[in-house]
Amino acid sequence: MPEQSQHLDSPADIPGIWSAFMAVLSRDLLITLRKRQQWLNPLIFFVIVITMFPLAVGPEAGILSLIAPGVIWVAALLATMLSLDMLFTADLADGTLEQLALSPQPLSVMVLAKVLAHWLVSGLPLVLLSPLLGLLLQLPSQAMWVLVFSLGLGTIALSLIGAIGAALTVSLRHAGLLLSVLVLPLYVPVLIFGSNAVASAVNGQPVEAQLSLLAAIALVCLALAPWATAAALRVGIAIE
Amino acid sequence: MAVFSRCGPGKISDPASLMLIEANGLTVYRGDDALFSDLSFALHAGEIVRLEGSNGSGKTTLLRILCGLAEADEGELKWGGKPLRRAMESLREQILFIGHKPGINSELTPLENLQLLAKLETRCSTQNIEAALTQLLPPGRLDLPCRVLSAGQKRRVALARLLLTPAKVWMLDEPLTALDATGRGWLEEQLVKHALKGGSAVVTSHQPLAESSGVARTFRLVQR
Repeated sequence: MPEQSQHLDSPADIPGIWSAFMAVLSRDLLITLRKRQQWLNPLIFFVIVITMFPLAVGPEAGILSLIAPGVIWVAALLATMLSLDMLFTADLADGTLEQLALSPQPLSVMVLAKVLAHWLVSGLPLVLLSPLLGLLLQLPSQAMWVLVFSLGLGTIALSLIGAIGAALTVSLRHAGLLLSVLVLPLYVPVLIFGSNAVASAVNGQPVEAQLSLLAAIALVCLALAPWATAAALRVGIAIE
Repeated sequence: MAVFSRCGPGKISDPASLMLIEANGLTVYRGDDALFSDLSFALHAGEIVRLEGSNGSGKTTLLRILCGLAEADEGELKWGGKPLRRAMESLREQILFIGHKPGINSELTPLENLQLLAKLETRCSTQNIEAALTQLLPPGRLDLPCRVLSAGQKRRVALARLLLTPAKVWMLDEPLTALDATGRGWLEEQLVKHALKGGSAVVTSHQPLAESSGVARTFRLVQR
């Protein structure tokens, strides 16, 4: 029989931030691996939307490579938005969010772990699939790495911004539309710089400026979004 | 409206002993009515308090306020002599809250669930968690997803945290729900042990709990 590990008078022996971060990350990854449709749905949506375009617009390489940057980026943005729902609602329903909010660990760090898990199963697959879809839309090869790179930076920003929206609407039952209205304006700069970088690469123009700006947006989101999300979650839990 | 009345047997605590929680004039409104009003009490070290009251009398709300999860509309709450707002950090280190929804994910096994919940607050090994779970679950249930467990078994998974936590104050919301007689006996035993070590607990329940051992006292939220 295990004895209570601590004496009540001794100071609490709290695990480090890193082990809490890893505990949340591995838990979230485990859950998503067991609930496949959760992360497969946005990915399938992404693929279906893009494969429809050559059928609808016609197979001319000139037109397709012209619209490819915009089409892939818009599809990635919508797919990310579709996946935001799963970020916090299940955890609020089973009480996990309350436990995270009450644990001695900083909530923002655990939020960051959750967003990273979300990005690994919803953002990263989009990035990895994008060259294939670029090929389908006749994207020239010199634009391919720009597409992957811009989507990589962009989806990180989209996940982090989306987490704020998901946290703000967590206590509402059917928040789908409100969430989109909240998050879309914040997604627009990412969309503009991301698709513009790929379009410039298609035309053989330099892309450093757009990619730097995307990286800057991703870093600002990385620094600020976890705190904003944690604060929004605390309010959501309080009124639950 | 509801008031707070004290009843039943129980140890009258020494006022000089360490006061953990002090509530003064707590009031919560639901719409125009007060759910409870002007509620004042103190929780000392080594004290087990059972909160009782009819359905909707505000037991869960009060417990969530004591944990700092929600705020009262009026009144002040002190934790270790400091206003709650400035003591949140020490509160989170010393409190264990097992709510009505205890944070058990149905896709994960009992072991995986506790690995997250326990590892956020204490350095405990997987063996410790397994040992705690085997006290409460039949062997062979540890590796099944929690969705196939019965309601009582899920409750037991959540309560296994009592064996692992270093927290001084336990806040248990309806821990007896779906629990059988053995489970209930086990819980009372843990509460008594905890109190003897100087820990304290606030437990909401409709049934008497560990009162026979003399450690628990009862507060009743009364509808007026």
